[in-house]
Amino acid sequence: MNDDLGRLEQFLRTDPRDVGCDEAMAVLHIYVDLVTAGEDAAARYPGVAAHLLACGPCSEDFAGLLSAVTND
Amino acid sequence: MVLVGEDGFESAERAAPGGSLSGVDCARPPARDLDEESSAWLCRLRTSGWERQAAERELHARLVRIALAEVRRRSARTPVVGPELDDVAHQAAGDAMIAILAKLGSFRGESKFITWAYRFVILEVSGKLGRHYWRNPPVTLDAGQWEQLPDRFGVDPARHVEWRGILAEVRRVVDDEMTAHQRRVFVAVVVDGIPLDALAAEMGLRRNAIYKVVFDARRKIRRALAANGYLEDPGLERR
Repeated sequence: MNDDLGRLEQFLRTDPRDVGCDEAMAVLHIYVDLVTAGEDAAARYPGVAAHLLACGPCSEDFAGLLSAVTND
Repeated sequence: MVLVGEDGFESAERAAPGGSLSGVDCARPPARDLDEESSAWLCRLRTSGWERQAAERELHARLVRIALAEVRRRSARTPVVGPELDDVAHQAAGDAMIAILAKLGSFRGESKFITWAYRFVILEVSGKLGRHYWRNPPVTLDAGQWEQLPDRFGVDPARHVEWRGILAEVRRVVDDEMTAHQRRVFVAVVVDGIPLDALAAEMGLRRNAIYKVVFDARRKIRRALAANGYLEDPGLERR
């Protein structure tokens, strides 16, 4: 598969475990604390992990909160 | 931090990050399984008088610091610049502070208190930058720049001809199989590249509502492209 077609395929691929923005953001603080504690947050919250991979804005919020607590 | 006692001697004991509980009478004792810092924050914010005021000032100062760092971290991806970016940070910290105090009772101790609190300010920054997008938008709502779509997927100009069939099928699904609302959202986010939060703010919708429309559209388009041999069969997908 060509790179550009791969990018399109990646964009269109949906994960049935994806919980959506509301559910992901509701537990974002818990998820971030698990990550900073070195726990496997994705294993505990696979639907959140799937969502963060697919949703740019929620992924950005995750990165922001992670940065906030690690650089605090 | 070095503490100086009434006798003037320095103490090697560090103050708890959430503040000292010494002399603070908790109106409602925090749950036992909370970490020390979270307990201190809750206790101080639930008490009254000068201790509560001091805790609120301290928390607000930290929210401002986090908000300023966050708007700078996002500065390359937002049209908001300069003093306006700092204004966004201060507004976000203020609004987050109000929300935190209003929802203090809903903190269940599933995370550290400060992580829970910082989540409010991060989400406030997100929402406010989304709303500010429309002050100087690089593209208007409903622009429908379909000719830009290949570039959004990094398609080599030499391969644009090969992509004609794919793009025609994508557009057919968008035009024929989506409602007017779904079409408007998909075109804005995917075709015109309007940030999801900016569109949510403009349409008065939650981020999740926009995401769900795009999610369903992605699945529908993928199935159509697979049915026409452009992509591999998506297999069993639920939801």
